[in-house]
Amino acid sequence: MFDICELHEPGTLEEAKAILAENPGLKVIAGGTDVLIRLQHGSLAGAGLLSLKNLHALEEIVMLGDGTISVGAMAPFTTIFQSGLIRRHVPVLCEAAVSMGGPQVRNVATIGGNICNGAVSADSASTLFALDALLKLETSTDERIIPMGDFYAGPGKVNLRPGELLTAVLIPREGYEGMGGHYIKYAMRKAMDIATLGVAVVCKVREDRFVDLRIGLGVAAPVPIRCFEAEAYAKGKEVTPEVVQEIARLAVKPAKARTSWRASKDYREHLIEVLAQRAVAEAVKRGGGCCAD
Amino acid sequence: MQKRIALKVNGRPVQIEIDIRESLLDVLRDRLQFTGVKQGCSVGECGACTVLIDGVPVNSCIYLAAWADGKSVTTVEGIAQDGRLSPVQEAFVEEGAIQCGFCTPGLVLSTTALVESGKRFTHDEVRRELSGHLCRCTGYQKIIDAAERALREAEAASE
Repeated sequence: MFDICELHEPGTLEEAKAILAENPGLKVIAGGTDVLIRLQHGSLAGAGLLSLKNLHALEEIVMLGDGTISVGAMAPFTTIFQSGLIRRHVPVLCEAAVSMGGPQVRNVATIGGNICNGAVSADSASTLFALDALLKLETSTDERIIPMGDFYAGPGKVNLRPGELLTAVLIPREGYEGMGGHYIKYAMRKAMDIATLGVAVVCKVREDRFVDLRIGLGVAAPVPIRCFEAEAYAKGKEVTPEVVQEIARLAVKPAKARTSWRASKDYREHLIEVLAQRAVAEAVKRGGGCCAD
Repeated sequence: MQKRIALKVNGRPVQIEIDIRESLLDVLRDRLQFTGVKQGCSVGECGACTVLIDGVPVNSCIYLAAWADGKSVTTVEGIAQDGRLSPVQEAFVEEGAIQCGFCTPGLVLSTTALVESGKRFTHDEVRRELSGHLCRCTGYQKIIDAAERALREAEAASE
């Protein structure tokens, strides 16, 4: 049995925010594929849970009037992977979504839960970061919208204020429009594994030059990171194998890889360079360019 | 803390008072005696406890029983009809896709969900859709063969 002392199951977002305002100590549970495992391991012993499972309105994936794509925080990974809207406009997010866990986990695990857990290996995080995604956070009285980069505070730590719920992930039009993308998850197994490294690249290429390039890395530092130096270097450069190689070399710089039982620091840095190169080359192809070898 | 839930299990309405600390796996196995739902890893990695919730494969070990309120749950016990194995079960038998049998209920349910989706799947997609199940006996070739056979036969039957 899970060691929990109470379970709240509000039927509306308003109700959920009100309950959390009164009981800020409650642990929010979405799909449960992380929270219930932590309970199983005893690390959240005695927790009171606020379940968002019945907030079906938060599962919606829609395009807003200004072209922003809004992914409800309770959208399961399978829903994201199968969404025609995401496939048409942000296919790289489909790639990331289907790389997470296995089918049964993807059927219940939500994008909001994946982000709020603060796991550096979260498959959606590096991709959303590369897409310049924003997070919509709501309390019973307030709401704010912040960039992904401001949300991660450390391993397993996020900047959620007391009483605050993540309600939607917003991908602005400039974040995805005309961009080719590619996500590479490097892990020991092809399914049900946690990334040793995750590399997400989106880019726009016109007349064989990089107009825009963004790289997000997972498991390369205590939090998901962007490779701003590599991105700045790329802008305006002609797409050549040498330039792509230099981008990949620069992508290693912001990394603070560490040695864990999964991989050593040196190996992770090697992976960043090699996989960034591959991901950029593929993203270029999908973004309307070609990178002759 | 108790909660009264009403759900359907294998098509039959069930009302039961559960403890909010229970997983759906606990309730199905220990209270309702659906022991075809296997307890494997208890952390959602092995897929032995897979059931269909409103037709969707879910690991019942990391799913609160409280969440099953109002849902329709299918376990492997609900797959055979009138004592006859389902086409998916037949395919597993025909392909010899079973050794110890511990992973089989979950795999039969995931395969059933694929067949009932009415979609077509490539070989790689079948492998991907069954990747949330661990088999420690035989390897996966015969299991994949069985799933592809079931999908092929369902498609032929619908034409």
